[in-house]
Formats: sequence, C-alpha cells, structure tokens
Amino acid sequence: MSRIVQATSAGLYCEAGGFYIDPWRPVAHALITHAHSDHARPGHGAYLTAEPGLPLVRERVGAPVEGLPYGERRRIGAAVVSFHPAAHMRGAAQARIEVGGRVAVVTGDFKRDDDPTADAFEPVPCHELIMESTFALPLYRWPDASEIVREIHDWWRENQEAGRTSVLLAYAVGKAQRLLALLNPEQGPILYHGAMERFVELYRAADVSLPAARKATADDAKTLRGRALLLAPPSAHHSPWLRKWGACSVGFASGWMRVRGARRRRGADRGFVISDHADWPALLQTIEESGAEWVGLTHGYGEALARYLRELGREADVVRTAFIGEAGAESDAPPARESAD
Amino acid sequence: MDLFVQLYRRLDQHTRTNDKVAALEDYFRVAPREDAAWALFHLVGRRLPRAVSPAELRAWAGAASGLAPWLVEECYAAAGDLAETLALLVPPAATPRAWPLSALIEHRIRPLRELSHEERRARIEQSWHELDGDARFLYHKMLTGGFRVGISRALVERALSRVSGVPAAELARRLMGDWPPDASFFERLLSTEERGTPNLQPYPFYLAYPLEQAVSSLGDPGDWQAEWKWDGIRAQALRRAASIAIWTRGEELVTERYPEIERALAALPEGTALDGELLAWREDRPLPFGAMQRRIGRLRVSSDELREAPVIFMAYDLLEFNGVDIRAQPLSERRARLEAVLQRAPEELKVSPTLAFPDWPALAALRAESRARRVEGIMLKRRDSPYGVGRERGAWWKWKVDPYTVDAVLMYAQAGHGRRAGLHTDYTLGVWNGETLVPVAKAYSGLTDRELEEVDRWIRRHTIEKHGPVRVVVPELVFEIAFEGLQPSPRHKSGIALRFPRVHRWRRDKMPADADRLEQLVALMNAAQT
Repeated sequence: MSRIVQATSAGLYCEAGGFYIDPWRPVAHALITHAHSDHARPGHGAYLTAEPGLPLVRERVGAPVEGLPYGERRRIGAAVVSFHPAAHMRGAAQARIEVGGRVAVVTGDFKRDDDPTADAFEPVPCHELIMESTFALPLYRWPDASEIVREIHDWWRENQEAGRTSVLLAYAVGKAQRLLALLNPEQGPILYHGAMERFVELYRAADVSLPAARKATADDAKTLRGRALLLAPPSAHHSPWLRKWGACSVGFASGWMRVRGARRRRGADRGFVISDHADWPALLQTIEESGAEWVGLTHGYGEALARYLRELGREADVVRTAFIGEAGAESDAPPARESAD
Repeated sequence: MDLFVQLYRRLDQHTRTNDKVAALEDYFRVAPREDAAWALFHLVGRRLPRAVSPAELRAWAGAASGLAPWLVEECYAAAGDLAETLALLVPPAATPRAWPLSALIEHRIRPLRELSHEERRARIEQSWHELDGDARFLYHKMLTGGFRVGISRALVERALSRVSGVPAAELARRLMGDWPPDASFFERLLSTEERGTPNLQPYPFYLAYPLEQAVSSLGDPGDWQAEWKWDGIRAQALRRAASIAIWTRGEELVTERYPEIERALAALPEGTALDGELLAWREDRPLPFGAMQRRIGRLRVSSDELREAPVIFMAYDLLEFNGVDIRAQPLSERRARLEAVLQRAPEELKVSPTLAFPDWPALAALRAESRARRVEGIMLKRRDSPYGVGRERGAWWKWKVDPYTVDAVLMYAQAGHGRRAGLHTDYTLGVWNGETLVPVAKAYSGLTDRELEEVDRWIRRHTIEKHGPVRVVVPELVFEIAFEGLQPSPRHKSGIALRFPRVHRWRRDKMPADADRLEQLVALMNAAQT
C-alpha cells in the first residue's frame, strides 16, 4: 500500500491531490506549513497556507498566497486538505490530508508549549503521521517556559545593575516575536535589530499583542546602553553593530542551549532553553495522541526516534527530505550559526 | 551544594577573567571552610579516587531513565559530556535535598568505595532523588573525576590571595602536593603566618612558553643558557630530613615507581630539591619514549623492567639547598650549586648539560640534531632568571623541533566533546597500504571553527555507514597530520602508533591518491628507532 504523502526530489508530495508540502524545488501547487525560509520558498505556481500565516508567507515568497482558515476543509483533486495549529510560530499549521477515508498528517515544525503569538497545537488523529524530529533525543526536555522567562528577566536585572547591555540572540522570525510578547517593558527599554523589524510589524498588523519596543538606532546605543534589552539575530553576535553597545552580556534563546557544549561553542554568556520545537516528551505524546499506524520522521535525530519507536513495536521510518543535503544540511546537528528554532 | 552550584554557574556563565576571579572571591569569602576546602580541591584539578566506573554509571542512569543503552550513547554523542548527559536523562529529583558540599562528599561519594556493587548503586540512585540540575551534574563530575570549568589554578590563587592577603606565589607553594581538603587545612592555607615547607611538599613548577618568534629576537646569546629539551616526565626530586619524594608535574607522588632514583636520592644531603626530568636511559642517551611509557603506569616495577627500561633523573635546576628555598637566586647561581651538589652523586642523577653556542645560527644547527639525539628541541633560560611560578613569558622558552607530518585521508568521524559537542571533529585518518587505506591516527582537529563546520557538513552529506556514533565517510578529504614520534604497535592495524597526532591543516589541494603511504611511515619509524 503506498503512502498518501511521499518523499520526492522536489519535496513531500501528495499524488492524489497533485500538490507538494513545503517543496524546495519549483512546483505548480505548494502547501506551506509556516513562514520560515527553508519551508516557504519563492518560485512555486500557487501557494496555500493557513489563514493567520498568510501575510507572513506572502512576505517570504513575494507572490500571491491563498489562506485557508484553521479547520476548514478544501478538496484538491482526490484529496481533502485542512490546516490545524502547529504552534511553531504565528500561522504555523499541520496539514491534514484525507484520501479515500485514510488520513495523513504532516506536522511541519511544531511545539506543544504555550506561545502568546500562536494558536495552541491541536492533536489530529491520523493513520500516517509525518512529524518533525529536530530534538528527538531524551536529552531534550524543555523546562517550563515561564521559568525561563523569569530567568531572562533576572539576567536582564543583573546586567542593569552591572551596567551591561543585555543582548538576547534569537531567530529573527517567530522566536523573536514570541520573546517580545513575553518580555516586561516595565523593567527597561526593549529594542530589536533591524532584521526583525518587518516581521514585528506584520505581527502587530495582525493584532498580536506585543509590548512597547522598537528598532534599535545608533543613538540608542549611546543613550540606552547598560539598561536596554536588545533582541538580535545570531548573526549579529561579534558584529561591528553590536560593538557600539559597550559592555554586553550575550544570551542565546534556543532549545540547543539545553546542552552546555552548544552554548560554549557559540561563546554566549548565557543560554536560555526556550524552543519553538517539540521536546522528546512532546514528540512521544504527539505520536500517542495521533493514533498513527506509521510514523515518518523528518529533521534532526529522526534515526534515533525511529529506532526507539520500532523497539516499542511501532512502524516508523526516517523520511528523507531536502533538509538533509541542501539548505537543511545542518538539520541533524545544532546549527552552526542560525536556526529556525 | 547551593553556594558551590552558584559558583559553578558564575564561572561557567562568564567569559571574562575578572568576573571569574570575582566569583571565586565571593565564594571563598562566604563559604564554610569545610566546603571551601573541597571546592578548592576540585578547582585545582585534584580528584577523588574513583568510586564508580563510567560504565556502571551509564548503565544505572539508563535503567533509572528507562532508556536502552544505545539511546544513552546517542545522547552522550550529542551532548559530548557524560556527567551532563546522565544528569539530563535521569528523571527529576523526587525529594530534593540541599546538601552542603562537604557533607555530600562525606556521605554520598566517599563511602561508595567501601560499599558492595548493589549498595553503591542504591546510594547513587538515592542521590539522584536528592539532586537536580547543576547540582546533579556536579555530583557526577565529582564521581567520575575530571572537573573542569575553564579556570586556571593561577586564577584560583589570585582570588584566594585577595581574600586572605597571602601572596599568590606563597599560596601556590602551599597548594602543592598532597593536602587534606578539610577546614583546618583551609584555615592554615589562608593564614598570614610564616611557615616552613612541610616535609614532602614540592614547589610549584616553573613552565616555559613555546618560542614562536625568531630566536634572534631574544638578543644577546650570552644572556641565555641553552639545554636539550628532554622528552621524559617532568618531576621534582626531594631529599628532606629522612624522607624522599618524587613528584610529577601533575602532582602525583611517584617515588615508589622509580626505586633506582629513590635509592640515588638518599645519597644527597638533606634539604635538597631538584627540578628535572625522568628519562629512560642507556649508554649516554635516552631510550625511545616507548621505554619510558612502560614504566609510567607501573606501581610495582619488575626486575625485567628495571633492566630493560632503566630510568635516570636528569636535573636541570636546584630549588632548595641546605633546606633553604633558593628559587629567587639567579639561574646562574642555582646552576653552579646544582653542579656542586650532584658532583659525586650516583650515576642515576645527572646534570642536564648546557650547550655551548657562539651565536644563534650555531644553536639552530644544534636544534637540527634533536631527533637524532631523541630530544624534543632546545630549552632557553635567561641566566639571570629566578625560578618562578607557573607559566610565564619572557625568561624561559621551549624551542621545539618541528613535528613530523604526513598527509592522510579522512576515513571515520565522530562527534567531539565539550564545546565541540554535536560537531564531527574527531577524525580517524588513514594512509595507503597497496590499494587500501589503513587507519594510522585518531586525531582531534586543529582546524579553525569555520573549517570544522564546513568539514562537519561535508561529513554529514558523505556518510556511507553509521556504527553508533561513528560515521564511515567517502574517502575523499586529505588532511596533513602532525605528530611527535612513532613506534611499533601490535595493537594498531597499521602496526604503528603515532605520538600526539593532531590535524594540522586541510589539504584542499590534494586528492586522496596523493596521500602518503604506509611504507613511508615504516621507513620513518625505522630511522627513529635506531
């Protein structure tokens, strides 16, 4: 019996519907799970994504995009498609694909933790589950996000007392806006790097509640240093731009920070374990709740999780995607410089 | 543990030296003395005798977390640190308990050695119920040894000096050798009262920096004393009132391993401290280093080994004379006394000869003879230099001979440890033997961070097979490896063991077929063994 969704050289493909999911080569019909650049690429003929993510995906691909509200069903060829919240970032969706009474779910990137900027993850029962497995090792268990947010504020306060600027490195799309929504502007000025501006605007335009914060200017570096919390993309670390801010403490917000060596390699002073991906328990929970007969794993430590599942008597395989070999060549390792985490 | 955990976090979180010293100062000011003594013990790199093997700890942690051994290994490969991996895998503590550091060691670590296998396991599982997060991680570090937080001993001494007012050099001396990590020791350590040197205590070693600039930049050759750089074990030999001690640079007391030296030292006057090198020696020159290696690990040495690998002590400095610390005297004076003291000493105690050289080119010519003489190069010491503490720039230099190099092909790769966790940085490299590659070295990469990442990506895309954490890759990349020596080894498939191999550079200009051949290494080895 062939699977509803197959791995092809252009990406995950649903033959019954004639469309691809997050393809990496130009195709006629693309379903996009979320607005990160390794999933939403320009050059496809037609785009369909979950309604709340529409402006974000459009910004990425520079082409018309059609939005479908979460939960609403759409017939495409012989398949019936619907999107369900994946909570990876605003508008992130799992794609549910039903063909002849059988259901496949492609999770895209997802998390089970609370995120004020995204709809909560919705478990979707299915026969075939294609799931991301970026952090699929039992090492990766996220502490309670509210605990981490408290740690960030404590660190910020210590830095203020010592006259250091707090530089919080985070991926510019999704993670930055989530952190922004969790920060307390009463503790001091919150600023962000120019690379984050466009998506902050798009989030605000979509009525996501974000605190008072604005793009950092050269003047700010003189007047607000030592007090401000500065959100910046990882690529800004060690940049001339950052040097204008005087004495800094550099924190890195990522699931990879769970492991000490990963933080030391980046030369960050502090690591904050806050991720937009599912941790090990959340991955297992998601498989359990799906009731899937077969699990296909993409990204990261998929081989380990597949073997673990097989030892428990479940059918599981690694699904080869371009996230190995092309843009995502680093996906099974803590990314060297920047990651959509 | 709370204060100690806080200290660890501050040391771990701050990259600046001043912040680290401040963290240490704050800790030593407030910590109870009995805890501070144990903290110091670990900070200067001393270890408790091992109470549990890493294999046992892995197995028990795997069982406690309900994970198969292979999955524990996958996690270890990803995290690159066993103590950390197991701390993260074991479920959270059910009944957290705030142990003071000294009490934890006295009740949860030290007794382990006396317990049966099953009792030991139960005690460790009990500790997992009591300790969480960083406390658990540090507990594992203390259990398995190897507690490193990226601070040098000199920084610890600086912080203690600020806390106590005792000069750092004096603290360094008081911290040498074997001391009990308890409250009364800690009190005596920080006491400003003068004290004599206890009977068996060595002095801090003075260490040289590698000479990287042109040797002529050192100025007038007449200001410098040159000696061979011996390739043995750096050690201090003490002859004090009715006792004799040999300490290695790792502050290990090894007196009984070298009975011939112990006997010879007995002939020296009381109150003598020599700095020098333990060397396997025969007929006026060193034996290949392999001979020395046979002696290093032996607690009880057999008469065969004494005959086949006889060891001498090659003295190059005198630190104590007639019971008086003479380290502040200039090298020229210490040297004269050294020669006098050893003039009629047994033949196992030799004085490292000084090399006569009218100018720098003459010394360079001598250095070129290093390999033939089985030495590592040349030591240069200013004639007017006192015997300092630790590693300093300026007065002592080591001018080592250039390493051997060989071009080899990357065959297998494995993820690294510490800050290289998750990145494939440990390479197995091979040379050609006929049409096949045979591994000759396992080397940690000396590449730049950028190159490491590039090679890591390449490895992921060119993996042919995976055996647990080990990846077999397409034999395509050529690296130049540097090493210090080579000797026959039946344990290696190639029949050769390289000494201190490391990846020197990436030869992007070379094809795999251009890599070196095993015959070339064998020829090199035969030349070195004669």
